[in-house]
Amino acid sequence: MARIIVVTSGKGGVGKTTTSAALAMGLAARGHRTVVIDFDVGLRNLDLVMGCERRVVFDLVNAIQGEASLRQALIKDKRNPNLFILAASQTRDKDALTLEGVGKVLEELAESFDYIVCDSPAGIEKGATLAMYYADDAIVVTNPEVSSVRDSDRMIGILSSKSRRAEQNLEPITERLLITRYSPQRVDKGEMLSLEDVQDILALDLIGVIPESESVLNSSNAGIPIILDEESNAGQAYHDMVDRYLGEELPHRFTKIEKRGLFGRLFGG
Amino acid sequence: MALLDFFKQNRKSGSASVAKERLQILVAHDRAGPGPSYLPQLQRDLLKVIRKYVAVDQDAVNVRVEQEGNQEILELNIVLPEG
Repeated sequence: MARIIVVTSGKGGVGKTTTSAALAMGLAARGHRTVVIDFDVGLRNLDLVMGCERRVVFDLVNAIQGEASLRQALIKDKRNPNLFILAASQTRDKDALTLEGVGKVLEELAESFDYIVCDSPAGIEKGATLAMYYADDAIVVTNPEVSSVRDSDRMIGILSSKSRRAEQNLEPITERLLITRYSPQRVDKGEMLSLEDVQDILALDLIGVIPESESVLNSSNAGIPIILDEESNAGQAYHDMVDRYLGEELPHRFTKIEKRGLFGRLFGG
Repeated sequence: MALLDFFKQNRKSGSASVAKERLQILVAHDRAGPGPSYLPQLQRDLLKVIRKYVAVDQDAVNVRVEQEGNQEILELNIVLPEG
């Protein structure tokens, strides 16, 4: 039986798609059969971040409406045989998604996959609520910034009230917080909310802290999930996140400022 | 300049603490929900009553509910015309 994970946030541009791609690739790299689904109908981007944008023939909406079989719509990742991508439709709108349709697709995928990662669109409308409805676990992506934290709080409320698990009185969705674009330097200067501040407000268990990193843009430019860049701090932090998701207990890295010597502080930029 | 920065560094500029404070209030407010549903009707009724006596604008009456600890404060703001 597959585990369904939604990556959500409310606010746009905080790193949901980057995180979905990293999580899916990380799970696949650990030997789990994984599919990642883009729920952002009309504004698909996961295919770009995964680097398979030229191989999209059929998409989620085609599969829901029976215009293509799931087998036809799934795109096999070229780097990892355990990983498949289901793209969103670029030409339809969100109304093409239905609760029953999404349920049927997920049920069929659950037969042959270990993990189903749902990349939620921004906002709290249909695409976002459908992406989270069937979830077992949720990763709430937040930037240490006021509007993102506020939207995440809204999302946490919706996760615990408008999901299948909530409606059927099952064990609630496991919600965990991922802080992205974290800059220990700015936190140290008092310019950025610290991870303790964010946790204080949202009161969620922390699954990871991804440091602000130039590598993230570089890797999405190239269509390579950041987790494959093992040199970068962000890539390593995503590996930690995947391991924590799978139950390992690891200390959070890259959350403290790297100490510079007196010489560096006097003459460095 | 780097030398100057070194001495300034210990002074926390503090916008993060402002952010945290604002967020705590805002999030508590968001969680409390939209407030009582009778507010728009109350606003219309108040406006009607006041207009019996004073010619005020449509937006002269402002009704707000605020949460402070266990207390709920109903705040009425009525702007009377000048003169």
